[in-house]
Amino acid sequence: MSEILLQIEDLHTSFFTRAGEFKAIDGLSFHVNEGETFGLVGESACGKTVTGLSILRLLPEPAGMIVGGKIILDGTNLVELSKKEMRAYRGKMISMILQDPMTSLNPVYTVGDQIGESVRLHQGLRDDKVEDEVISALRLLRIPAPEMRLRDYPFQMSGGMRQRVVGSIAMSCRPRLLIADEPTTALDATIQAQYIALLKDIQKQTDVAIIFITHDFGVVANICHRVAVMYAGKIVETAATSTIFKAPRHPYTIALIRSVPRLDRKDDRLYSIEGQPPSLLNLPPGCRFAPRCPDVEEVCRKQQPPVVEISDGHSVSCWKVK
Amino acid sequence: MADVLLEGRDLKKYYPVTKGLLQRTVGWVRAVDGISFAVERGKTLSLVGESGAGKTTAAKQILLLEKLTSGSIFFEGNDIYKFSSSQLKTMYRPRVQSVQQNPWSSMNPRMRVRDIVAEPLVVNTKKSKDEIRSRVLELLEQVGLSPNQADYYPHEFSGGQRQRIAVARALALNPSLVVLDEPVSALDVSIRAQIMNLLKDLQKQYNLSYLVIAHNLATVRFMSHTVAIMYLGQIVEYGEAEALFERPLHPYTRALISASLLTLPEDQDQEVKQIILSGEMPSPLNPPHGCRFHTRCVEAMDICSKVVPEVKVIGKQRVKCHIYSDPSVQSAISSEHPDSAGRPRADD
Repeated sequence: MSEILLQIEDLHTSFFTRAGEFKAIDGLSFHVNEGETFGLVGESACGKTVTGLSILRLLPEPAGMIVGGKIILDGTNLVELSKKEMRAYRGKMISMILQDPMTSLNPVYTVGDQIGESVRLHQGLRDDKVEDEVISALRLLRIPAPEMRLRDYPFQMSGGMRQRVVGSIAMSCRPRLLIADEPTTALDATIQAQYIALLKDIQKQTDVAIIFITHDFGVVANICHRVAVMYAGKIVETAATSTIFKAPRHPYTIALIRSVPRLDRKDDRLYSIEGQPPSLLNLPPGCRFAPRCPDVEEVCRKQQPPVVEISDGHSVSCWKVK
Repeated sequence: MADVLLEGRDLKKYYPVTKGLLQRTVGWVRAVDGISFAVERGKTLSLVGESGAGKTTAAKQILLLEKLTSGSIFFEGNDIYKFSSSQLKTMYRPRVQSVQQNPWSSMNPRMRVRDIVAEPLVVNTKKSKDEIRSRVLELLEQVGLSPNQADYYPHEFSGGQRQRIAVARALALNPSLVVLDEPVSALDVSIRAQIMNLLKDLQKQYNLSYLVIAHNLATVRFMSHTVAIMYLGQIVEYGEAEALFERPLHPYTRALISASLLTLPEDQDQEVKQIILSGEMPSPLNPPHGCRFHTRCVEAMDICSKVVPEVKVIGKQRVKCHIYSDPSVQSAISSEHPDSAGRPRADD
């Protein structure tokens, strides 16, 4: 069994607005092992991205704040660190790849400058050494002719190449944890396949642990070792990837997988989940999926279901599953 | 004989690239470069491809939002470029409607849903106010919204509901053809299924034809009767949807399917080998010689970089690739079992 790198315990993150408190994350617990890829799957506004931002402590404070829980990375609780201490972790120990490479790079700096920024900051290298590091980061992401490309500006590159540059920045200080927030959603199908193959390869080379945030089950199957399915700020089911696909237990997971059209067979009708996710401002008192659940019972509407571990590494939060 | 509603023949759309003070034309972006297709009555044709393949440009020509560089479009057998502007207004435009990709930008935020759905009726018909009002409520009900939501503004709806409003607006004039440009790609997974089911139900109910623009192959397989795979402004493979997905012939189609197939972790190291293409789509300003796909093709031969491949008809598919120029290969494929043509199988 591999070592646990990141342990999140009962994390609560809220946004405080004039309309009230949005509980974006409400009691989240999971762990990520060293060198593995952990998927966070769910629809918009289920709290996937806020989880990533909470780990990096990049929430727009004071509007968004961690209001409870622990984020333990390699023995250190990140929630208790001061802003200055946290800065030493960000980029060095943990880094992030954002969804849209068109907006996550600075258009007026060369890609070499942008990769060099974190190298300079965290490794305190001299300028001539920085360039070597930048080239090796570009090479890690298999950007052809890195010696030339580092003088390019983002607009001179295609979407796929830019996303590799974003990856180079993230990997430049060889972090132990990489948070990839929908890194392939903005890319075309064939470029997406390239990028995922590349990430897997980088993981083999550097043993970095990846938290892969996505809404696409196809991508999950291709890259993740374990998966957590989120709904309205909570994890409803956690399991190994093949278990999620072959024996899902939570009604939401089952419905979500069934509602995705399949390429390998012809469906006449898609299974669809009626209704919409609840507003985070006005959550149902019981299970959050209860208003849309096909197997709903009386207890589901009143009390939140506990998280039950039904087999090794497979836990479900549903009254029906015991 | 199939009942063809709309046919495009050898459509080309080149955009000029200008330079300098005098804006002289220095080149052409060949966004759509000689594509032919047919949409049958009551059926769905999908144009599939990655960004820059020319899908949306093709749709713009059909909606007459732009003028073709060359080629012709036939609607119920009539060349629409021979229509007078008044004929277009009565015989073509009201019968070809569209639903756009992003329901957050396709509606005027200052108009009530009632007025948004009524607009095509106000512009194109001489119906009375009462007639329009009752038609709007009927339309909203058809797309699964309640009549008392008619007085709301678009911002009061979720993405899925907005897309329903867009569908209601498109159906207002009882069109024959609806152009759906990425109708579900901006929506969440659980909402996509709702909208796709709705679109299929409406198609059956009103015998609608759809021209779907999409990049997600699974969506396309669910929606389509006929599929056209586009690459750099050209159709590389065209055919009946089931035949095409069961036995993709063009190497690009195979790579696209392989990239979108759901492969479980335990399958990955086994016989299911993903085809991962190298490189990116070249610029349509200066497309490669010969076959446009040869720079990324895993099966490229010498001839591919020199000679433009001819379109070959194999079974219910049309494919533009040199692999099939050899008659022996062609007959071998036709007699082969449909499932064995290099398509990776995934467990159900």
